[in-house]
Amino acid sequence: MTAKKDPGPASIAKAATGIEGLDEITGGGLPRGRPTLIVGGPGCGKTMLAAEFIVQGAVRHGEPGVFMMFEENAEELAANVRSLGFDLDKLVRQKKVALDYVRIERSEIEETGEYDLDGLFIRLAHAIETVNARRVVLDTVEALFSGLSDHAVLRAELRRLFRWLKDRGMTAVITGERGANSLSRYGLEEYVADCVIMLDHRVNEQISTRRLRVVKYRGSAHGTNEYPFLIGTNGLSVLPITSLRLDHPAPAERVATGIPGLDRMLAGKGIYRDSSMLVSGSPGTGKSSVGASVANAACARGERVMLFAYEESAAQLARNMRSIGIDLERWVKMGRLHIHASRPTLQGLEQHLVFMYQAVRDFEPRVVVVDPISNLSLDRDDSGLKPTLMRLIDFLKQSHVTAVFTSLIGDTGAALAESQIGVSSLMDTWLLLSNLEANGERTRALQVIKSRGMPHSNQVREFVFTDQGIELIDVFAAEGKVLTGRLRLGAQGVPVADRGALAAVAAPAKRKARR
Amino acid sequence: MKKSVAVESGKPVRPVKAEWQLRLYVAGQTAKSAAALRNLQRLCETHLAGRYEIEVIDLLVNPRLAAGDQILAVPTLVRKFPEPIRKIIGDLSNEERVLVGLDVKPVPVT
Repeated sequence: MTAKKDPGPASIAKAATGIEGLDEITGGGLPRGRPTLIVGGPGCGKTMLAAEFIVQGAVRHGEPGVFMMFEENAEELAANVRSLGFDLDKLVRQKKVALDYVRIERSEIEETGEYDLDGLFIRLAHAIETVNARRVVLDTVEALFSGLSDHAVLRAELRRLFRWLKDRGMTAVITGERGANSLSRYGLEEYVADCVIMLDHRVNEQISTRRLRVVKYRGSAHGTNEYPFLIGTNGLSVLPITSLRLDHPAPAERVATGIPGLDRMLAGKGIYRDSSMLVSGSPGTGKSSVGASVANAACARGERVMLFAYEESAAQLARNMRSIGIDLERWVKMGRLHIHASRPTLQGLEQHLVFMYQAVRDFEPRVVVVDPISNLSLDRDDSGLKPTLMRLIDFLKQSHVTAVFTSLIGDTGAALAESQIGVSSLMDTWLLLSNLEANGERTRALQVIKSRGMPHSNQVREFVFTDQGIELIDVFAAEGKVLTGRLRLGAQGVPVADRGALAAVAAPAKRKARR
Repeated sequence: MKKSVAVESGKPVRPVKAEWQLRLYVAGQTAKSAAALRNLQRLCETHLAGRYEIEVIDLLVNPRLAAGDQILAVPTLVRKFPEPIRKIIGDLSNEERVLVGLDVKPVPVT
């Protein structure tokens, strides 16, 4: 699981791809001056990866590149790459990138006698000289196999071509179709033995996810896992975007949660800044409201907040929160609060996470609320997703974001530990909301299961919605029983007539309970 | 540099373009390219006498011309005219295949 290792002194030279995450996995990029093979089925992003390698090289690393394409022409490529936000035409005009479309039409070619592929070499050399290239992409050189019938010659020539690229010190990316019995359909891995990256596009329960794996990297340590990746509007992103090192700072500053009673439970000061808080509970226990309270309090402090809503639309959330006296709309109008509402099934978890990364980077919030995180992942029986989630939490910490995640769990206590096992250990503070049912009445309760690095109350508090937010009330413990709701009011001596107002004893009777 | 090896079988050069316009792409003076040119000239003299024009392009001298005719392999013979464009790669050692490739009706052996 080592996603990033500092390249040791013995490590080979690498050329950064500029692709988020890929350089992390490979410990710095692709092997410099050598060819790398990228294999994958149709539509899994080979061309996009190769194109970004060239563009990033030209734009960010001062390494001009040649993109030789065999399947689509230069206009098509430029159009496709434009969707990633790169202007290929401009780079061509600036002589930073050279494009050459090699078209092979089987029907108009007749073969007779000996030949070699010097024409291809000459074209490549010409393109390399034109822009003084350091990087080369051949996409997809395998198209030659369908264009030329003499495969023996072709193989010999490809071997010579890769050797030739190496001799010229070109960092090359060669793409290939995935084969049934070998990595690539025509066994290109035999020739390109330095680095092989496999791309995959799988549909699991109707949600498609692209994945990337470094199959082989001669002379270098690399992450061996399959990593999800996304082709977004800013190019490719491979998760992890951040390293797995735990080296984020830990500020001692505390921030209020917006629920005074909860702050009191946490030694009166609230949670640590940049920490993460998990709020789990069964349906209807008030998880979203806790999240909204934290968001509201942060906005009131003048901080930027980003709220990812996966169950309710922004308008619906704002309306519902208004009922407990939290006005989110005001902050949205002021530009302090961004609400991103979408269906979790719209994309795979990875896509959501990559989107979150980008959104957080663009907006730079101090507080992020994810409501709920369980919809994204924990219902799905995919153990590989938990590390991904872990990376999100680390990323938020490193970005100095205080994070609140809500999580839906079943009503039974037994499921609790299990369903949260993946994430609870990553959280600094864990609140559990539950329903208590007694004497025909259901009441809500809140407890702090853990809160790292601070004294916190071990007691269960009754959790009450008022039109001024959430209130926490001490439960009434008597005769070995915990009393909440009307029973508590009864035990505290509140007249029966007033018990309909389920509120704190100290509070005026007119304060009305909601929901 | 384009090297025009217009072989017009002794007749004066006509102002109009030849009926058969052929272009042979090579890369330097290799045995293969020499063989291809030799084979092509013999074939043309036999079957297209007086009706053809051969242009030899050395890609080592003129690399940018390779992209225009989509040249990958050398030697490559391109039939520019009559249209449509056809390509024959290799040293053109198999005359029958070349004739089929060019769509030339062979002159019967007398």
